[in-house]
Amino acid sequence: MLTYVLRTLLRMAITLFLIVTLVFFATRLSGNPVDFVLGEGITKEDRDLLIAYYGLDSSIGTQYLRYLSSVFSGEFGLSFLERRPVSEIVLERAWPSLKLLLSAVCFTLVVSIPLGILAAIYRTSIIGSVVMVVAFLGYAVPSFIIGILLVLIFAYTLNWLPVIGDGTALHFIMPTLAISGMLVAAITRFTRNAMLDVLSQDYMRTARAKGLPEWIVILKHGLRNASITLLSVVGLQIAALAASGSVVVEAIFAWPGIGDLLVRSAILRDYPVLQFGVLSVAVAVIVINAVVDIAYAFADPRIRLAKG
Amino acid sequence: MTDATHNLSSPRNTGLRSFRIPIWSDANWIVRIALLIGLILIVTALTAPWLAPFDPNAQSLISRLRPPIGFDRYKDGFYFGTDELGRDIFSRCIYGLRLTFALALAGAVIGLLIGGTLGLMAGIIGGLFEEIVMGLVDAQIAIPFTLIALLILSIMGSSIDVMIFVLGVYGWEQYTRIVRGEVKKLIQMPFVEAARAAGATPVRIAMRHILPNVVSPIVVQFTLNFSNIVILESTLSFLGLGVQPPTATLGSMVGIGRDYLPTAPWIVLAPAMVILLLTFAVQILGDWLRDKADVRLRSR
Repeated sequence: MLTYVLRTLLRMAITLFLIVTLVFFATRLSGNPVDFVLGEGITKEDRDLLIAYYGLDSSIGTQYLRYLSSVFSGEFGLSFLERRPVSEIVLERAWPSLKLLLSAVCFTLVVSIPLGILAAIYRTSIIGSVVMVVAFLGYAVPSFIIGILLVLIFAYTLNWLPVIGDGTALHFIMPTLAISGMLVAAITRFTRNAMLDVLSQDYMRTARAKGLPEWIVILKHGLRNASITLLSVVGLQIAALAASGSVVVEAIFAWPGIGDLLVRSAILRDYPVLQFGVLSVAVAVIVINAVVDIAYAFADPRIRLAKG
Repeated sequence: MTDATHNLSSPRNTGLRSFRIPIWSDANWIVRIALLIGLILIVTALTAPWLAPFDPNAQSLISRLRPPIGFDRYKDGFYFGTDELGRDIFSRCIYGLRLTFALALAGAVIGLLIGGTLGLMAGIIGGLFEEIVMGLVDAQIAIPFTLIALLILSIMGSSIDVMIFVLGVYGWEQYTRIVRGEVKKLIQMPFVEAARAAGATPVRIAMRHILPNVVSPIVVQFTLNFSNIVILESTLSFLGLGVQPPTATLGSMVGIGRDYLPTAPWIVLAPAMVILLLTFAVQILGDWLRDKADVRLRSR
């Protein structure tokens, strides 16, 4: 068990290191970042001054080492546009993003787990087929299209919901739905498959033979065992899917979160903010994955009790 | 003896699935509709210059924001209506589809080549090289690709070349994972051992004995990847980070038309529906191919 946890943590550390490195080289992909920021019409002296200020005149190896030390000390420099530390700008947007994410995850679980169970139980009937077709097609709908259609229907046509910002509970409805679309489709499918695996097990027949009511059999013996598989998949999928979904959804609804910030910084080429934002989201996703991995190990007695 | 040589020389008898392109008669009606839609979209994309009634970038101030056919103020010939600059939405959809197709195809092929090659090499060479490649795969799976795309596009600028690069990188890790897994399985097969015993070079083993046997999972992954690339491309263009105006792509049409949503929803709805048709059709076909290729799923 301890080995398992240590191995998970080691893998997390390696992935983190690779990402930090990848982000560094991505920002150096096409020569000198200063040229993109400054544009035309700057004097040679000013340009050299800036290059020296950002340390871009030293060798790529030195730059990389300096960058690594800045990662460890948390010094990521100032935003080009706002002249404030990037960590401050990104972190004050973390909470709105987190709220939206939690809302989307809760909605997804509440909707897709019952749907997945239904689809597994009524696998051969029309209910199962309908659920699966919807879940299947839902996976092919980009979240920005869901978002736009929701805005068209509920904001502009029916005038029920507000479009911009995160002021009230009503503001959460459309962004939550838009992020959840793909998630619901994915998690419903996983729930159904996990349940299907469990439903054919011997202990299910035993539970029925004992005379337990069907719903107890399904929930206590079925779902509980399926939830182990589900937990790992849900954890891994949700972090990645939600992160990419919320980027575009936050941009549509002008949600004051990290996704909206990233898109804006990307368009306005505010690299320090973009770099730190991408790093923090990636780190968050990786840490969540590691936590899920370890939680999974604790939840599954086969791993928890395994030697080594 | 004859049995043994037969088994050694022919992969088909080792219990591996051999790939056969499924045909029309294998398909149920949903798949047939998807096939038809896919075919129509491909033909439309290919024949765009002949099919489009107008130049997709021709502006006309007097026919701005006209609704599609069947509504008041419909202007003759502009079937899907016109946008804020008086451009024909039907023609823009057709050209947008063409560009989206081209970009997605290029992206999917590049991803296949990069990822497939790495997977093949990792599986055959093994050792430290394999560890490094698989470490990169794990890292790639862990980061949402949208973030990397934002980073690259904002740094390198949004041109079509950069877009192809971004879409090409997207999904490489899936190919690597799949191909490496298959290679690992295949490499222990008697026919590979026999080839090696007969003195075949690693390159020959890879090209002649292993590659033909991983075609089936690769074709499936290619289709699923294609649909994801279409989604990524349209999302990035929607955000204004993809192909730049005035060039029409389906995503950027939705993105720009968004500002006119309350008064002229058709600007957004037409390209959005084309995107949905495309992703639905490809997704259904990919799933169908996967079921065909994977014997284990057939019973389910």
